Amino acid sequence: MILDLSRLFGRPKSSKDLAKERLKLVLIHDRANVSPQFLEMVKSEIIKVITNYMDVDESALDIQITKTKSEDGDGVVPALVANIPIKNVKSCGR
Amino acid sequence: MSEVIVITSGKGGVGKTTTTANIGTGLALMGKKVVLIDTDIGLRNLDVVMGLENRIVYDLVDVVEGFCRLKQALIKDKRYEGLYLLPAAQTRDKTAVTPQQMIKLCDELREEFDYILVDCPAGIEQGFKNAIAGANRAIVVTTPEVSAVRDADRIIGLLEANELRNPKLLINRVRPDMVKRGDMMSIDDIIDILAIDLIGVVPDDEKIVVSTNKGEPVVTDNKSLAGQAYRNIARRVLGEEVPIMDLEADEGFMVKLKKLFGLKTT
Repeated sequence: MILDLSRLFGRPKSSKDLAKERLKLVLIHDRANVSPQFLEMVKSEIIKVITNYMDVDESALDIQITKTKSEDGDGVVPALVANIPIKNVKSCGR
Repeated sequence: MSEVIVITSGKGGVGKTTTTANIGTGLALMGKKVVLIDTDIGLRNLDVVMGLENRIVYDLVDVVEGFCRLKQALIKDKRYEGLYLLPAAQTRDKTAVTPQQMIKLCDELREEFDYILVDCPAGIEQGFKNAIAGANRAIVVTTPEVSAVRDADRIIGLLEANELRNPKLLINRVRPDMVKRGDMMSIDDIIDILAIDLIGVVPDDEKIVVSTNKGEPVVTDNKSLAGQAYRNIARRVLGEEVPIMDLEADEGFMVKLKKLFGLKTT
């Protein structure tokens, strides 16, 4: 909110704030130490569970670690985002 | 009880070697018996920063390979009582030494010296592993730049994974004028990100270049702000409580005068 206001009045963000923001985001990735193999493992486990209930398009499944705005303010938190296209929901799941 | 302190950073060019030279010389000036080890095999520089490049006969690799005795390879700095340098080899590479050999070497030096300062090479490969092997304390050097802070964060993680708990942070090349106008991360910003204890802040100071040109550590220069910063850090290494100095306090008279009249200063 504060940031939006400062933008409204045309005061550009100082470069050190930019540096700090970028660093914080890049460090979330660095510290998580997420390897592609790790994500593959998570992916296959998720598919295993979900296919018990529905048919999903495994080839189009996309999973990654990103950032999202935290609920309590303008902070940023890491998030696991999975995009899983559903082909058909199995009847036993209902 | 002797201490083996590794000075490391991850990123190159942030001032590890200068820091090692100055803290080491500072400790020697305070009456401690100190040895500096250059572990940057193949790219040695601590010798030139210390102005001892003409006195090298044997080096670190000669010692660990048993080609000479440890005492033969130690260069005594005649200017400062109790200060010694163990130079790196220039014609070999990092694989010429193993972490086990470094542990053995450090243990041997502990019997003779109060402080053993290990100048770590840039990177996180073999040279880094060698440098931290025998250490029981660590100082992480960074500058207020995103690349250096990022690498410092990685190094802190690796140090802790290698049982070197509680590394201390040294922020080098701070420019108070840039911090003031919001173009450089402040000390608090960096501590906030890295979340470790601070051991000192060194201002960007032309005198560092001059002192390196001459091969005399700036810590011996009583008029230099960076020299004062390093003397404070050496005292903190000894366990003294020394407040972090206010870098803006040292503005010249004209700057203060201009400020008084509300003139813009650069």
